[in-house]
Amino acid sequence: MKPAPFDYYSPDTLEEAVALLAKLENEDLDAKILAGGQSLMPMLSLRLARPDALVDLRKIGALDYIREDGDTIAIGAMTSKSAAEDSDVIRTRQPLFHEATLLVGHRQIRNRGTVGGSFAHAEPTAEYGAAAMVLGMDMKVVGPNGERIVPAKDFYVTYLTADIDSTEILTEVRLPVLKKGTGWSFQEMSRRQGDHALAGAAVTLRLVGGVCKDVCIAVFGVNASPTRLAEAEAFITGKAATEDNAREAGRVGADGLEEPMSDVHATAQYRRGLIATLVARCLVEAASRAS
Amino acid sequence: MTTKQTVKVTVNGIAYERQVEPRLTLVDFLRHELHLGGTHVGCEHGVCGTCNILVDGKAVRSCLMLAVQVDGESLTTVEGLRNRDTGDLHPIQQAFVDEHGLQCGFCTPGFLMTTLELLRDNPNPSEADIKDALGGNLCRCTGYEAIMKSVRLAAKRVQEGQDIGLTHTD
Repeated sequence: MKPAPFDYYSPDTLEEAVALLAKLENEDLDAKILAGGQSLMPMLSLRLARPDALVDLRKIGALDYIREDGDTIAIGAMTSKSAAEDSDVIRTRQPLFHEATLLVGHRQIRNRGTVGGSFAHAEPTAEYGAAAMVLGMDMKVVGPNGERIVPAKDFYVTYLTADIDSTEILTEVRLPVLKKGTGWSFQEMSRRQGDHALAGAAVTLRLVGGVCKDVCIAVFGVNASPTRLAEAEAFITGKAATEDNAREAGRVGADGLEEPMSDVHATAQYRRGLIATLVARCLVEAASRAS
Repeated sequence: MTTKQTVKVTVNGIAYERQVEPRLTLVDFLRHELHLGGTHVGCEHGVCGTCNILVDGKAVRSCLMLAVQVDGESLTTVEGLRNRDTGDLHPIQQAFVDEHGLQCGFCTPGFLMTTLELLRDNPNPSEADIKDALGGNLCRCTGYEAIMKSVRLAAKRVQEGQDIGLTHTD
């Protein structure tokens, strides 16, 4: 057996799970939440993670839902990514989130991997990070002291770390539907389809009188956490999304980045160049979809 | 620390019950506890796809699950493909034979299970659909072209009326 030994719990309700996490914390035991396990299982098998206990949320059916709440879509944390992929509500009302979902791994991974698990894991190359930042998503976190809502901009702390305490559980993510007329784009580069992205970008914007307004640009796979590119947003705002303007906005955005990650797959310099290109392509595509 | 837990699971229509350590992966459970060796162990961290099986009808990597997670679930492995009554190969298996969709065969169980999910949900897949579905499975022998041909042939036979349903019920 490859993983180090651990105790396994599968509580039936959220209340039981929260109480269990508090109990394990009191006993000074390191507990990890098992949602879909598509990132945690490799970490266990490689013994990069050696928790004392796993708390599996699989029996908590109350966390598996996709609901429309006016102009918001609420997704339960234990909803599988393939359920999000197959959801007509998400595909038609928030196509950017749908596109981001399609880019996560392979169907066999999405069948098992959960929406909440991906957010809570806060992997720098996760597509959902950039989606959260451009859409202004909210995360619902439940712990011993009740629930709190964390906006995306405060949610990501650093590598593999989100603003969730060891006794708290991410229970729901909330995303606004795409406003009528808003253009969007989500693009990434990976060595093979389904691989971790080397980097990627997400854009939403409106066109008013032929020029860009309300521009949101976020990138992922570059720094420890997904990042909004405020300088690029400011540059393109009030300008037409021509190829030249988009390319310059991409360059401005890439130049303003903190030093990107560097690894065997891509150097920091390559990632910076990639961001410039992807942001430019996203701006042009988003503008073509705006009305 | 490693208190054994009971796992009751139905695999290919047959009910099993075992006591296992929580850290036992599902693929090791299938092979070492249930002696169903058709599901292969490749990379053991979710990259290669040779351990793909169906859990509750959905294709998943059995190396990325724990045995304790399938307590109460219904599974289909490659052993469940062949027709119980006649002994005939499943139409997808037969298509892989006819189009030489394997050489060493190590990756084949994963490709078969992936293809089963694909054709069950989409009997008329485009080239892009097939590539997208198979993208999560690695093969080091065939160069993939023969596998693509096998899946196309299986899809054609499904469209012509061959049933890819399984003879066991679970």
